[in-house]
Amino acid sequence: MDAHVAADPREDAYSRPLDTIDVSVPEIYQNDVYQPYFERLRREDPVHYTADSHFGPYWSVTRYKDIMTVAVNHQVFSSKWELGGVRLEDQVQGYERPSFIQMDEPDHGERRKAVSPVVAPANLARMEGLIRERTNMVLDGLPRNETFNWVKEVSIELTSRMLATLFDWPLEDRHRLMYWSDVTVCHVDTPDAPVHSEAERYAELQKMATAMKALWDERAASNAPRFDLISMMAHADATRNMDFRELLANCSLLIVGGNDTTRNSMSGGVWGLSKFPDEYRKLRENPELVPSLISEIIRWHTPVLHLRRTALADFELGGKTIRKGDKVAMWFVSGNRDEDAIKDPHDLIVDRPRAREHISFGFGVHRCVGNRLAELQLRILWEEILKRDLEIEVMDKPTYLRSNLIHGIRELPVQIH
Amino acid sequence: MPDVTYIEFNGTAHTVEVPIGTSLMRGAVDNNVPGIDADCGGECACATCHVYVDAAWLDKTGLPVPGSQEAAMLSFAAVAQPDSRLSCQITMREELAGIVVRMPEGQH
Repeated sequence: MDAHVAADPREDAYSRPLDTIDVSVPEIYQNDVYQPYFERLRREDPVHYTADSHFGPYWSVTRYKDIMTVAVNHQVFSSKWELGGVRLEDQVQGYERPSFIQMDEPDHGERRKAVSPVVAPANLARMEGLIRERTNMVLDGLPRNETFNWVKEVSIELTSRMLATLFDWPLEDRHRLMYWSDVTVCHVDTPDAPVHSEAERYAELQKMATAMKALWDERAASNAPRFDLISMMAHADATRNMDFRELLANCSLLIVGGNDTTRNSMSGGVWGLSKFPDEYRKLRENPELVPSLISEIIRWHTPVLHLRRTALADFELGGKTIRKGDKVAMWFVSGNRDEDAIKDPHDLIVDRPRAREHISFGFGVHRCVGNRLAELQLRILWEEILKRDLEIEVMDKPTYLRSNLIHGIRELPVQIH
Repeated sequence: MPDVTYIEFNGTAHTVEVPIGTSLMRGAVDNNVPGIDADCGGECACATCHVYVDAAWLDKTGLPVPGSQEAAMLSFAAVAQPDSRLSCQITMREELAGIVVRMPEGQH
């Protein structure tokens, strides 16, 4: 599908034959033209089959309710890396990454439980002070009345520091974690991607895993309990004997999960509120709406565009028969704009009723493990912005990542007044 | 209408009326009782309406069926206990009039 070059995406979305709609094309997210294609699919073909794509044949599930059905049915809809994993882009043979997100029960659950205490309520309470201190420092250091990139100066700065803390990784080396995050999520055929082949990607992630393994060995040998992701995996029964490949896979998963999604929500929120100035005004007058704002930003931006499953059995959905072995994409970015589930879904509404019921964290046993930490970081950011009464003027449209997986914002030029 | 008492983690109790046939999750959310997030809106898909059922009521509510979706979701909750339930899966009925449930430290 060459939709990314269509002069009028809406006209293109509604005029082309339905069976040629292919929402896996990364350019439609890079060029921010994807919504009309999903709008048509939700109305005319909500469970949609694309026979031919760069990523092979696949089903698109586009409505909120149908995504929920797939997400909670892990008995039929598998995440296993052996079957291709959780992205439309299959795992390439020899370079598979067996992280716990790409496992079914009980393997997934056992490993997930080894790391989930880091984001449990008691630990979040312990981290709140540190997050606020860093947020204050970053906001107070921003230039006034000159254009800068919000993504680099705020979103990456805050989430990279958080990630270093989660891994107890040297703070001064946090840019390396960001690099490995970008390496993990990129499409290797993107011209300015950090790596250009699966072999190169794997080689870079091996460097990451080697560095992590050194910390791992040191921490595994120590009996003093430490509360970072590496120590927890090194000491938990389900994970202490992980081989190098699984260590690589899980570290790369936790690096992406631990920063990329929150980073993009931090940027997406500024962009969203700039498009709805009356809502920003309402927020400034009612700062107690921040928790509701955070859920709404996470819905409106939808940092993870899709996750994929593989059917283990034939399954009827929306009048279609998904066959055993078929690839199925849950398009969260579409479910969050489903007019049948969410009123005025394209509007960012800071006091939206039942704002928590968005689909961005997924549902079922694979639901986002770090969701409360993400919300905490975003809440503190917006509380501190409001406390300072910052007027954030967006100078130009965001520059988006070329990706069908991560709804990434690379640049968002702003001025603060 | 029968009463339900929800006790927050900090000890604050809220006694509200919950109609027969309504879930305890919905009863809390509709009455603005804090401490129940209910992110999935009652689909048993998120474990953020987690409660501990008071010992005196456990035999009436029962425990999640092993192998059920509720049991699977609860196994991922941060602070699950033997008396944990998802309140979206407890539907109000006559014999539960007066039931007491407690909220965990956080919904996760």
